[in-house]
Amino acid sequence: MSNHAEAQVANNKKTEKVFSWPNLVAKEFIAAILCTVILLVYSYYVDAPLRELANPGEPENPAKAPWYFLGLQEILVYFDPWIAGVIVPSIILVGLMAIPYIDVNPKGNGGYCFRDRRFAITVFLFGFIFWYALIVVGTYMRGPFWSFFWPWETWSFDFPTPPPSVSLPNWLGIPALLIYFGLGMLVPAVAFWKFAKQLGFIRYNITMMLLLLMLGMLIKMALRLMFNVKYVLQTPWFNI
Amino acid sequence: MNLILFLIRKLTETELWKSVFRHGYTDTPRNRALQTISNVWLHLHPVKVPKHAVKIRYTWCLGGLTFFIFLYLTVTGVLLMFYYVPDVNRAYADMIDLMYVVPLGRLLRTSHRWAGHAMVITVCFHMLRVFLTGSYKAPRQFNWVLGVLLLVLTFLLSFTGYLLPWDQLGYWAIMVGTNMGAATPVMGYQGPFADLLGVKINNDVRFALLGGTQIDAPSLLRAYVWHCIGIPIISGALMILHFWRVRKDGGISGPL
Repeated sequence: MSNHAEAQVANNKKTEKVFSWPNLVAKEFIAAILCTVILLVYSYYVDAPLRELANPGEPENPAKAPWYFLGLQEILVYFDPWIAGVIVPSIILVGLMAIPYIDVNPKGNGGYCFRDRRFAITVFLFGFIFWYALIVVGTYMRGPFWSFFWPWETWSFDFPTPPPSVSLPNWLGIPALLIYFGLGMLVPAVAFWKFAKQLGFIRYNITMMLLLLMLGMLIKMALRLMFNVKYVLQTPWFNI
Repeated sequence: MNLILFLIRKLTETELWKSVFRHGYTDTPRNRALQTISNVWLHLHPVKVPKHAVKIRYTWCLGGLTFFIFLYLTVTGVLLMFYYVPDVNRAYADMIDLMYVVPLGRLLRTSHRWAGHAMVITVCFHMLRVFLTGSYKAPRQFNWVLGVLLLVLTFLLSFTGYLLPWDQLGYWAIMVGTNMGAATPVMGYQGPFADLLGVKINNDVRFALLGGTQIDAPSLLRAYVWHCIGIPIISGALMILHFWRVRKDGGISGPL
């Protein structure tokens, strides 16, 4: 077979089509039935939780948000509520919506392929796992007063004395932030010049800013856990 | 046996039957196409789909399952509305009735609750699947944006349902959630720059969510109306767009 004919065959194979009825519809039908059966069987054996009547005078301890928001509640440990509850989810959502417009790599459209999209897949999977790891910690490892307990430990209601926390003085915190974001933007632009050029100025800046913010969260968490750092930046209006 | 087949044939040849069911199961390409395009429910599908698209290992059925669970929640939710009144003096008693008195009420409520959690899970993994297959790339960028909005609406649907049992679990979970809203910069009374707009506890974004300065009867009603009417309508509208765009942006993604 000539090269042309081979390409033709390969092309036909790629676009080979089958009738939706019954090839697709039958599978959807089976999936729907299986889903219903699993739901009903699970619901038959495991009751949905229902606690005592709501009582404004008697707070739950710990009071936990629904599980899918526990990642945000968990970062309340490390950030003030306006960051953990509002800014972080907003940036996550805007960042998610921006993905198709900042990822200009045309490769890997329509199939599972890591090799062609190492950067994109690594960053996305990291964020995805980060989100769920925080949920797991918030769900299973936070007891009364949001204190940390391993899953095999019994919860105690003693209020643990919080370790004395220190805030970075601004003369240290502001330069540290400037260096982190400044170098974070500059170094990859130089080290991965081809990548940065491919993205273009605006896309590169948005991408790196989102990445640095995500990693910055992790760094702040590490600073808190290792050195009890409370804030890295203090202003009369807000602290970070 | 022959008699049964004879009766079935007689039945399916009647004018009444044919007026309802236009096409039989004749295995011809024309009939298979007609099965899809002349059926209002099935015509969401194209007549033909790429062969790789019907592989379970490509989509894992996640988008379809999410939509199916949404339908399941709609049906069970409507049934639950027959038994549940969003009034602080009744809501919890209605839950107890559902659990112990209403026939199949326990299964109804429990499966509605687990289905809500299941939908959050399937929608998250649908997003992961779409990302890993690069399906958000041109020309499907905008449909990904719609998908992110639907993800948020799924969270909100589940979150507003959380308060409805009016038990300790829901009450304090909503307390945690809406207190975060109070910390919104500029628009929440505990957030930075709140005094810029003169935002206080009785006119901030938390107040708008709760219908008051604390979780009380108006909050329950608001959660109920958003949960049963407001958000489902918005989600439904966005789902129409989402599915429409799947077809219009070139059908399901595949190797270029």
